[in-house]
Amino acid sequence: MEVKREKLGPGGADALRVRQLNSRQLLRGGELEGPTPSAHLEGADFERYVEESVMTTTLDKAVAWARSNSFFPATFGLACCAIEMMSIVAARVDVARFGFEAFRASPRQADLLILSGRVSIKMAPIVRRIYDQMLEPKWAISMGACCSSMGVFNNYALVPADKFMPIDVHVPGCPPRPEALMHGVLKLRKMVQDEPDQGWRERYEARGTEEVLDAQQMREQAKAATLAEQEAQAAAARAAMAITAGGDADMQDASGA
Amino acid sequence: MPDATGLELIAQELREAEGDDAVLSTVFFRGRGTLEVEPARIGAVLARLRKRGYAFLASVHGVDYYPEEPRLGVHYELLDMSSVDRVTVKLRVPIDAPEVPSVTDAWPTANHQEREIYDMFGVVFTGHPDLRRILMPEDYEGHPQRRDFPIGGEPVIFTYNEHDANPSGAGRAGTTGAGQAPTPGAAR
Amino acid sequence: MSEYRRREQSITLSPLEQQLGEHGEGEDTTQELLTLNFGPHHPATHGVLRLIVTLQGEIVRDVKPIIGYVHTGIEKTAEDKAYWKVIPVIERMDYLSYYFNAMAFCGAVETLIEVEVPKRAQYLRVIHLELNRIMSHLVWLGTSALDLGAISMFWYCFREREKILDLFEMSSGARMHTRYFQVGGVIEDIPRGFAEKLSGFLEEMPSRIDQYGALLNRNEIVLHRLRDTCPLDAETLLSLGVTGPLLRAAGNPWDLRKAAPYSSYDDFEFKIPVGTKGDNYDRYACRLAEMYESVKIVKQALAGLPEGPHITEDRKVALPPRHELATSMEALIHHFKLVTEGMRVPPGEVYFPIESPRGELGCFVRSDGSSKPARVHMRDPSFVNLQATAPAVKGAYIADLIATLAMLDPILGGIDR
Repeated sequence: MEVKREKLGPGGADALRVRQLNSRQLLRGGELEGPTPSAHLEGADFERYVEESVMTTTLDKAVAWARSNSFFPATFGLACCAIEMMSIVAARVDVARFGFEAFRASPRQADLLILSGRVSIKMAPIVRRIYDQMLEPKWAISMGACCSSMGVFNNYALVPADKFMPIDVHVPGCPPRPEALMHGVLKLRKMVQDEPDQGWRERYEARGTEEVLDAQQMREQAKAATLAEQEAQAAAARAAMAITAGGDADMQDASGA
Repeated sequence: MPDATGLELIAQELREAEGDDAVLSTVFFRGRGTLEVEPARIGAVLARLRKRGYAFLASVHGVDYYPEEPRLGVHYELLDMSSVDRVTVKLRVPIDAPEVPSVTDAWPTANHQEREIYDMFGVVFTGHPDLRRILMPEDYEGHPQRRDFPIGGEPVIFTYNEHDANPSGAGRAGTTGAGQAPTPGAAR
Repeated sequence: MSEYRRREQSITLSPLEQQLGEHGEGEDTTQELLTLNFGPHHPATHGVLRLIVTLQGEIVRDVKPIIGYVHTGIEKTAEDKAYWKVIPVIERMDYLSYYFNAMAFCGAVETLIEVEVPKRAQYLRVIHLELNRIMSHLVWLGTSALDLGAISMFWYCFREREKILDLFEMSSGARMHTRYFQVGGVIEDIPRGFAEKLSGFLEEMPSRIDQYGALLNRNEIVLHRLRDTCPLDAETLLSLGVTGPLLRAAGNPWDLRKAAPYSSYDDFEFKIPVGTKGDNYDRYACRLAEMYESVKIVKQALAGLPEGPHITEDRKVALPPRHELATSMEALIHHFKLVTEGMRVPPGEVYFPIESPRGELGCFVRSDGSSKPARVHMRDPSFVNLQATAPAVKGAYIADLIATLAMLDPILGGIDR
C-alpha cells in the first residue's frame, strides 16, 4: 500500500501547529497569535486554512455516507445460501466490522434485503410483500445463482428474483463464499456512497410505494385546494342569505348593493 | 432382507389370506423383494405384513410409469426393525381412475407423504383426512412430477436480453433516463 | 412468614385449566381460541416453514404446518439429467447434509449397476460423511441455542464449522455442495496435508464439544426450557415414521449405521447415544453425544485408511484418470461416452436408505435402461419428522413450541425438495 505524503505548506510542521492552535482559538472566539493569524489571511491562504480546519460536504453526500455504513439487513434466509449468510455473521468473515451485524427480523426496521436462496413460486408473493413492507430507502442483494438467474434448477418451481423485484447487486455462486457475499455487500456500500440519487429508480421507473409529487404539482394542488375552499365558503354564505332572504328585505338590499 | 424363497412364502401367505388376486406379482431384484398388489387390498396387505413384523412404514412414494399402462404407481417401503428386513409393496393405478384407499388410519406416517403423491402425481387417496396440495400452491393446476408435464423454466436474464426476456419485470424496454446504464451492480 | 413470602408462594406455573379451575366459580372458563400465523418469514422457524398455530392463551392447542415455500422441483430436474449430473442437483436438497444426499443417490445407483466401491473410497466416504454429521449438528446447535437465547453459542459453533469447511475445501475445492461423491467412489483422492489437518482438528474437537456442554448442559434456563418439555414416546414416533436422534432420544436405539451397515461402517467401533424420556433435553443431549461418536469414527477411519483406488476401475461408470487419455484409445472413448451421454444403468427400481443427521434418508431410483433416471425420490427424514410437531406440542406453551422446533431440526430444503 502506498502512502502519499503531501507538503504541509510554508513553514513545515511548526507553522501547521500554529495554524491549528489559531483555528482552535478562532472557534473559541479568542485572540489570535503567531506570524499569520487568520484574521489577516486573504484569498487562497484563507481558503486553504478553512479546508484544513473544517470539513465541507454536501448534505446528500453526508446522508449517503451514513446510510451506506449502517445497513440493517433483514433476516431472509431461504435455502443453502442462508447458511453462508449466517457464516458472514460468524467470526471468520465478520460483518460486524462494517456495521452490518444488526439483522432485523421485522422488515419495517430493515433496509437491506439479502435474498439468499431459491425463490419458489409459492414464496415469490411473500418475498414481494416483505420487500414492499420495507421503508425507503431500501436495497436488495440477490445472493446466489438461484435467485439471480435460475441457478442449477431451471424448472417450473422457481422464479428469478428479477422478475418481481428490483435488485441492486447480484452475487453469483452456489452458494457464494462468505467472502464473495461480503464483496457484494461492500460493492453495494460503494454504490450507495457514490450515488445518493438511487439511480435505479429512474432506470426502472420504480417509484416504490411512496407518493412522489414534484413541487409544481404540489403548488397546483394547494391552489386548487384553496380555490375549492373559497367556493365552498361562498356557497355557504349564499345559502345563508337565501334562508334569511324571505324575512329580511333590508339585508337583501344591503347584500345586493 | 427376505431372500427370494422367503418372498415367495410371504406372497403365498398373502394370497391365501386375502384372495388370489391380492398379490399380482413378486420381484426379487438386487437383494430386495417387491410385492405388487391390487390397489383395493393395500390396507389389508399392509396389516398382514405388520402382523408378520414389518411394523415401520419408511416411505410412501409415487412413480409415473409413462408410457406403460397402468401409469401411476405407489410404493410402500416397509421395515422390520427387529430382524432388519425390508420389503416393498407396490401398486399401479391407471391415469384415468387414479384412486387408492388411504392407509393413514393405520399408518399415520403416510399423511404428508400421500398428500405429496396427490400433489405431484394426481393419485387420489380415498379416506385421507386432509387431501390437498402440500408442496405446490393450493390453486396450482397440473401435477408436476408426471412425465408428460413439461419441466418448465425461464430464460436466464442476462444483460443483453434483459428487456426481451423480462418484459413485465423490472427494467422494462424503453426505460427513460440512463438508457445505456448497465444493470445495477453487474459491471462496476 | 411475612406477607411478602406468602404472596410469593401463591404464584404458580400450573397450566391454564388448573388455574381457572381454582378460581372458577361463576367465572367463564371458556376462552377464545386464537389462530396465529407463524409466517414463512420468521426468525425462529428454521427456514421457510409456515405454522398455523391455534392458541388458547399461551397454550398451543393445534399446529398445522404448511410447507412448499422452497419447493424446487429437484426430483423433476433429476429426471432430466444424466446420472452423474444428478449428483450436484440432489446435493442441494437437504442443504446441511449434502454428502448424505449424494451418498444415498450414489448408493442407489451403485446397487443398480452392481459396481463395487473400493475400500479406500468407502473409508473416505465415511470420513466425509461423519465430518458432515458433525457440521450439521454444529449448525443445529448454534441456531437452536440462538432460538433459546444463548446467542454466543452461535459464534462458537460456527468457528468449528469453519474448520470443517476448510477440510472440505481441501479435499474437493468447495465448502458446500462439493459433488465429491461420485457413482463408484469419490471424485478425487485427498491431497497432501489433509490427513494432518484432519488429525489436528480431531485432537481439539472433543474439548470444544466439552466447552459447549459446559455452557449449556447444566444451564438453568436450558434446563427449564428443555427438560420435560414436549416428550414423545417411541411408539408414537414409530407410528409417525420418525427416525434419527428424535427416536433415539425416546429410547429406541435404531441407527442404520449399526443395524444395516453400508460403506464399511461395520469396521468402526462407536456407540449409539440413547435417551430415556424423549423430551427436548434428551434430543439435545443425544445430538451432542453423537458429535463425540462421530469424532471417534473419523479417527478410526483416518487411522485405518487403506491404499487403493479412490473410485471404481470400471471405465463404463467412472471417468478414466486424465493421464490415460493421452495414451489409451479406450480411455478416450470411455471418457467421451461418459461425458456426453452418461453411464447406462440397467432397468430396475432400488431404494437405498442411509442414516443422515436427521434420520433415515432413503433414495429411490427407478431406471429404464437409458442414461437418465426415470424417477428419483428422496425419502427425506425432515419431511416425515415434521409430522411429529403437532403431537409433541399439543398442550405446551408457545415457548415450548419454539424449543421443540429447534430440537426437531427440520431442514426445509429436504422437506420441500
